[in-house]
Amino acid sequence: MINTIPIHYYLWLAAVLFSIGVLGVLYRRNAIIIFMCIELMLNAVNLVMVAFSSYMNDAAGQVFVFFIMAVAAAEVAVGLAILVMMYRNTKTIDINILNRLKW
Amino acid sequence: MVSIALLTSLVPFFPLLGFLIVAFRSKQLSHGVTSVVACGAVLISFIISIILFTHLLGITTGEQVIRVTLFDWISVGNFTASLSFLVDPLSSLMLLIITGVGFLIHVYSIGYMHDDGGFNRFFSYLNLFVFFMLLLVMGANYLVMFIGWEGVGLCSYLLIGFWFKNQAYNDAANKAFIMNRIGDLGMLLGVILIFVHFGSIQYSEVFPNATSVDTSTITWITILLFIGAMGKSAQLPLYTWLPDAMAGPTPVSALIHAATMVTAGVYMVARNNVLYALSPIALELIMIVGLATALFAATIALKQNDIKKVLAYSTVSQLGLMFLALGLGSFTAGIFHMATHAFFKALLFLGAGSVIHAMHHEQDIRNMGGLKKYLPITFITFLIGVLAISGIPPFAGFFSKDEILASAFEHNKHNKIVWAIAVLASLLTVFYMFRLLFLTFFGKPRADHHTIEHLHESPKSITIPLIVLAILSVVGGFMGVPEVLWGSHWLSGFLAPVFAPSTELIEAHHLSHATEFILMGTVVFFTLVLIGIAYHRYVSRNHVPAADNQPLGALPNMLSNKYYVDELYDFIIVKPLYWISGLFDQIIERSGIDKLVNTIGNSVVPLSNVARLLQSGGIGYYIFVMVIGIVVILTLAVIR
Repeated sequence: MINTIPIHYYLWLAAVLFSIGVLGVLYRRNAIIIFMCIELMLNAVNLVMVAFSSYMNDAAGQVFVFFIMAVAAAEVAVGLAILVMMYRNTKTIDINILNRLKW
Repeated sequence: MVSIALLTSLVPFFPLLGFLIVAFRSKQLSHGVTSVVACGAVLISFIISIILFTHLLGITTGEQVIRVTLFDWISVGNFTASLSFLVDPLSSLMLLIITGVGFLIHVYSIGYMHDDGGFNRFFSYLNLFVFFMLLLVMGANYLVMFIGWEGVGLCSYLLIGFWFKNQAYNDAANKAFIMNRIGDLGMLLGVILIFVHFGSIQYSEVFPNATSVDTSTITWITILLFIGAMGKSAQLPLYTWLPDAMAGPTPVSALIHAATMVTAGVYMVARNNVLYALSPIALELIMIVGLATALFAATIALKQNDIKKVLAYSTVSQLGLMFLALGLGSFTAGIFHMATHAFFKALLFLGAGSVIHAMHHEQDIRNMGGLKKYLPITFITFLIGVLAISGIPPFAGFFSKDEILASAFEHNKHNKIVWAIAVLASLLTVFYMFRLLFLTFFGKPRADHHTIEHLHESPKSITIPLIVLAILSVVGGFMGVPEVLWGSHWLSGFLAPVFAPSTELIEAHHLSHATEFILMGTVVFFTLVLIGIAYHRYVSRNHVPAADNQPLGALPNMLSNKYYVDELYDFIIVKPLYWISGLFDQIIERSGIDKLVNTIGNSVVPLSNVARLLQSGGIGYYIFVMVIGIVVILTLAVIR
């Protein structure tokens, strides 16, 4: 069945997903939304990996995807913890509040 | 029985040990302990030198040399430089002079420096000097010699500026060091050139191969090495440091600036006699420089009024005579005169030191006079020294000076100008030395009343070295009595193995005995006449040189101002150098480098005021910039 769908369909889908992720990160100010958009970008990459892995008949791509998912899970744990701390301190999750990282 | 090799390496070891002990314990050691350690170290070296000397005399078959290699110091590819010693007749003779005269001067210094605050420092420097001087003459390659060469320069600097609270003395020390540096540069280049062309700096590998290198290269090497000798041995045009070096304590003047260090150049040329014999141009140059220096310095000495300055110019002049001998190819005569000069000039300096000591640091002979009844031992020994330097038979100077004059006479069959100038220089020597003697010891005392009341003969530690040196000045010449005076010239036989390769190269002339007799007789006759003139002028008529501010004639004025050479150097080298450095300071340093650095420093603040605007703290902005950056990088990657 997968052979019936051409590879460029997957690539277009992944590109659209990635772009949505980028735009989300750029436009939104809610930290959790930005976080979700980052996950979206990661998953777009994962999709490309899996598609090529199948297309090339090479399992290496799928192994990478597992790594990425594991790292993303860890990242989410840390990131959400940071967000919790941020909310406790500032009672908001608007990233523009965090503008003190400057000289 | 200790091996000869071990003994050889112990010769420089003991002065080094003495230096280390005295230098690192200078605060704790009493004067007595220091004297024993410092003098003992040199005495032991002297005893070992005698043993080595007799050992050399005992070798009848094969080469008369002792070679000792302590260790390989630098070893790169097929080049090795080892710390190795070579004792042959030449260096053995030097060892005896350095340690023997050095020991006497050490003993003298105990008396001379006894109430000086820097007593221990003085002895540590003296021992260090002896160590380096021994390295210089014992080295079996150019590297070891060069280490010694630089080391004695350093010690000379330290000892000239020994009384460093006097700025004039420090200037004199600097002058000596800088002048020597100029010469040393030539020396170093010469050694490098030897290495480039011979691939080795070991004497034993350079000398046998000397003929395989072309003459122009040899000429360059020898001239460069001679430039080193010009600096170290105070020849024209680098001699001006030696008279100023009299700022050091008198034993230093005797040891370093008369007997040993300044003769290092003579030793170096004699050591390289093979190379010099291959280069007639270099020999000619040495002859001319030596002759010019001998005459030039002798004329200046005529009008000097400082007892040590007279002796200093005399030393320069005598060194000129030695170089004249070397330049004429009679290396034995040069070394012979060096040896006798070491005796009588050390004696004269020590005698002058004794006078200065007695006169409470008065050095101007115009304020002396009549000292012979107050300082009898100093007077007699000084008189012997003067007779020896004047070449009155049978004192030491007569034989060595006569040999130089004879070789000058036979140098050129038709043109006797070299001989004439050499005779003139040595006759001038007679005159200024007797002028010095008469003004110092004869006539009425001119010192003030207070000084005369306190005049007394110097202590034993001063007079005994004087007496020993006086004896040496009397008998020293007998090691080279020429055949014409029914001698066998032991020295020339002893040194023959060293100079054998060069005697083959330089054609020897021989004067008939009758000619030699006439020459000797003429010179001695004129010497006696000049002594008579000096006696008449300075004793019978009580002539005293004019005070500094009185007008002199044109020529005397020029002489007493040393031909204005210092002023000339000041004008053509020192002043322009200061002017150029001032210019560089203003243009390159201040408005060039400083301005550039300051501009960079000053522009950082305004630039960073602009740059900090990039860092607004807004996270969205950062991310935006990051994304733009990634897009740009990716685009570039794709396009490429």
